[in-house]
Amino acid sequence: MIGIIGKKIGMTSIFRNDGASVACTIVEAGPCYVTQVKTNDTDGYNAVQLAYDDAKEKNTPNALKGHYAKSSVNPKRKVVEIRNYEKSVNAGDVVDVETFAEGDKVSVVGVSKGKGFQGVVKRHGFGGVGQATHGQHNRLRAPGSVGACSFPARVFKGKRMAGRMGGDRVKVRNLEIVKVFKEKNLVLIKGALPGAKGSYLIIQK
Amino acid sequence: MEIIKFIREQVAMTERPAFKAGDNVSVHYKIIEGGKERIQVFRGDVIQIKGTPKTHTCTFTVRKISGGIGVERIFPLYSPNIDKIEVNKVGKVRRARLYYLRAAKGKAARIKEKKFFSKTS
Repeated sequence: MIGIIGKKIGMTSIFRNDGASVACTIVEAGPCYVTQVKTNDTDGYNAVQLAYDDAKEKNTPNALKGHYAKSSVNPKRKVVEIRNYEKSVNAGDVVDVETFAEGDKVSVVGVSKGKGFQGVVKRHGFGGVGQATHGQHNRLRAPGSVGACSFPARVFKGKRMAGRMGGDRVKVRNLEIVKVFKEKNLVLIKGALPGAKGSYLIIQK
Repeated sequence: MEIIKFIREQVAMTERPAFKAGDNVSVHYKIIEGGKERIQVFRGDVIQIKGTPKTHTCTFTVRKISGGIGVERIFPLYSPNIDKIEVNKVGKVRRARLYYLRAAKGKAARIKEKKFFSKTS
């Protein structure tokens, strides 16, 4: 697997060579710096640690400063580990958008927008009641029964109910890279991506 | 914002004539059929323009009556598949979204043409 850290900018559309208009998300990706290379011998697994987005030195703890200094990288805000990196890199190397080419299929990981406390219709896709008559009064979006009676005499664990929605780690797979702008560190990815504008994303291939 | 501006600049925008909702236009668009390219004309009234005509994401809807049935087509204004757009008539309308045409019949479904008189004549 290879990957890069980015930031969601917003959405737009772009015309393909055949004239088709494609809705895509603009992602500012990289340049990321390799801060550590973990190997099976020293750490028990293979991984590459990437850091992205400059942080102020005064806001960086001394422990982290020391960690960045080892690979002679300025302090960063976002650090991500990618397992089994398929390219050989050394600490201090730069990983930029050239990792990806136009037409590549990637998966993108992000944190979805928080939706607050939501009912079962929005949160779990329940159908609701959908009937206005036969005794329905104000139960249009109610969850209905949550279980049986004296057996099992409890509600099963994991029963889908109302609650906090969003703010979860979401991975969207099989997305196409529509365009790469090397000088500006930008990639256009077909379709919508999780999270708010300005939130961090991990693009993996 | 600068980034979105930069992306906008990357999209080639061919010049399009200025038109508004209510105008009668002919859209010459390319279609690829069996490996061959030909141009088809869609003539009708513009019933809405979505987005600002300055940006490449702008689209417009053209409505025509084909064989007694209303047909609407949405075109991206700067689509490279549009060969050219001709403005045939400038309509006299009082709103920007002419959805009422969908329900209107007969005389009510017509758009009055805007006549231009120069002051000297």
